[in-house]
Amino acid sequence: MNAGRIRNLLLGDPQAARVVPPSGFTAHLTLFAAGAMAFLAVFALALSTASGRLADRWAEELARSATLRINAPADQRTEQTKAALAILQQTPGVASARALSMEEQAALLAPWFGADLPLESLPVPQLIEVIEDDTGYDAAGLRLRLSAEVPGAVLDDHGRWRRPLVDAANSLRRLALISVLLIGGATAAMITLAANAALAANQQVIEVLRLVGARDGYIAQAFVRRFTLRALIGAGVGVATGMIGVALLPEASDEGGFLTGLGFQGAGWLLPLVIPPLGALVAFAATLFAARRRLGELS
Amino acid sequence: MITLENVGYSYGGGDLLSDVSVKLSPGSFHFLTGPSGSGKTTLLKLCYGALLPTRGRATLFNTDLRALDRDQMALMRRRIGVVHQDCRFLDHLPLADNIALPLTVSGHNLADEAGNLTELMQWVGLAGRFDALPPELSGGERQRAALARAVIMSPDVIIADEPTGNVDWEMSQRLLHLLIELNRMGRAVLIATHDLALIRAAKSQVQARVLRISNHKLQLAGADL
Ligand SMILES: Nc1ncnc2c1ncn2[C@@H]1O[C@H](COP(=O)(O)OP(=O)(O)OP(=O)(O)O)[C@@H](O)[C@H]1O
Ligand SMILES: [Mg+2]
Repeated sequence: MNAGRIRNLLLGDPQAARVVPPSGFTAHLTLFAAGAMAFLAVFALALSTASGRLADRWAEELARSATLRINAPADQRTEQTKAALAILQQTPGVASARALSMEEQAALLAPWFGADLPLESLPVPQLIEVIEDDTGYDAAGLRLRLSAEVPGAVLDDHGRWRRPLVDAANSLRRLALISVLLIGGATAAMITLAANAALAANQQVIEVLRLVGARDGYIAQAFVRRFTLRALIGAGVGVATGMIGVALLPEASDEGGFLTGLGFQGAGWLLPLVIPPLGALVAFAATLFAARRRLGELS
Repeated sequence: MITLENVGYSYGGGDLLSDVSVKLSPGSFHFLTGPSGSGKTTLLKLCYGALLPTRGRATLFNTDLRALDRDQMALMRRRIGVVHQDCRFLDHLPLADNIALPLTVSGHNLADEAGNLTELMQWVGLAGRFDALPPELSGGERQRAALARAVIMSPDVIIADEPTGNVDWEMSQRLLHLLIELNRMGRAVLIATHDLALIRAAKSQVQARVLRISNHKLQLAGADL
């Protein structure tokens, strides 16, 4: 089917639209269903992009930073820290390694023990922040070498506890995408039902049109045009409402974590705008399919 | 233009029509009579392709009916004007739009045809009823409108099922006259009717053959008609 025929199906001959009587009830149902589905699709898209962003960020942090903990008696701590830093500097794949200062460590612990913790007098391990470069380092090899030369060193690459979170975020993104697809499928099913109802209600009209020499394409056009426009308008309203709803969600913040990050960012706001044309396309195909099948059954 | 060769038809039970052969050639004028329920409407439907014969062969404009796809069938129907027994209008459209419907669905610009349409509606005595809806019309008005719709495309063949069933004698003479005029311009005409007076009136003006269905067969009626 070429562009000219599609344009003709949608815009061509306004007379063709008049030959089929207006159908108030199915028209309103189609508008409502398209609107509701588009509204849901906006939220599924928002969920999908937000969980996608989260998964990417966590995966990035997971890959980029690790901590080396030196558990040593106070008198050996400085020495072992130095040794560990020396090893890290020689390790391929480590971009930088830096021992945290007392103040930094105190800040890390402050939420639990308060700000005025006398860290110097406590057996708190020294922390070294390890930043990976793009190639990455061999964690097993590094551990082996550290255990030989720096007995008090423990490498914590965060992977153990972050990896399931990344997996969860990725699953959430997949589920949201599947929801979008299901919403599209449900829309197609509902429009097919509505189109079939309209075709059945207009059986007599269709017969008369056939008798006076109308081609199937001409008759289908009247129905396709209606349902496509209804889906477009309904989805437009649904998307607008959905986008307002998403915009009214609270701003992303660190305290709120995932829930406050639910929304679109930057160019992501353009994404829901593809829903109305897609909805119209689904309605177009569903109605054309229903009409062709129905007309094929008539003499 | 339209031929049926040894056509048989049944709606599922016994044969309603069997071994029917007809040929509608340009300029021919046929009447079809027979008792109610004998199969006149069915035979007409076979002629304009609304039914496929269960046996035998129907040919429209030199093409076997079975060989036509749906689009070709639609094009064929534009060359055959049909007055249906029950008229068959679109009840939501004004009368003028109903009469112009064959033009509309074949993509004609109605503005170009407005003159023709007005003239035709005057001819069938419906000049003042452009905007009436079909359910508001009397039986006779409906039949006149149906005839107007059947001829608006100047088709090669005109098939009419009881076109004068509900009109008075004078109007039936006018409709007959219109059909005879079209026939003189070379159109083939086939009219199913019970109205023997109409047949007699026609025979005095035009060379018409009268076919009768009896006992599922088609016969040429005698000179008594
Ligand atoms: N669609 C159909 N399905 C089954 N039987 C049908 C159908 N249409 C017509 N018949 C039967 O076929 C027979 C012939 O019908 P048809 O309408 O051709 O008769 P007719 O000669 O036109 O009658 P009338 O003079 O009353 O118009 C009738 O007995 C009718 O009941
Ligand atoms: Mg009949």
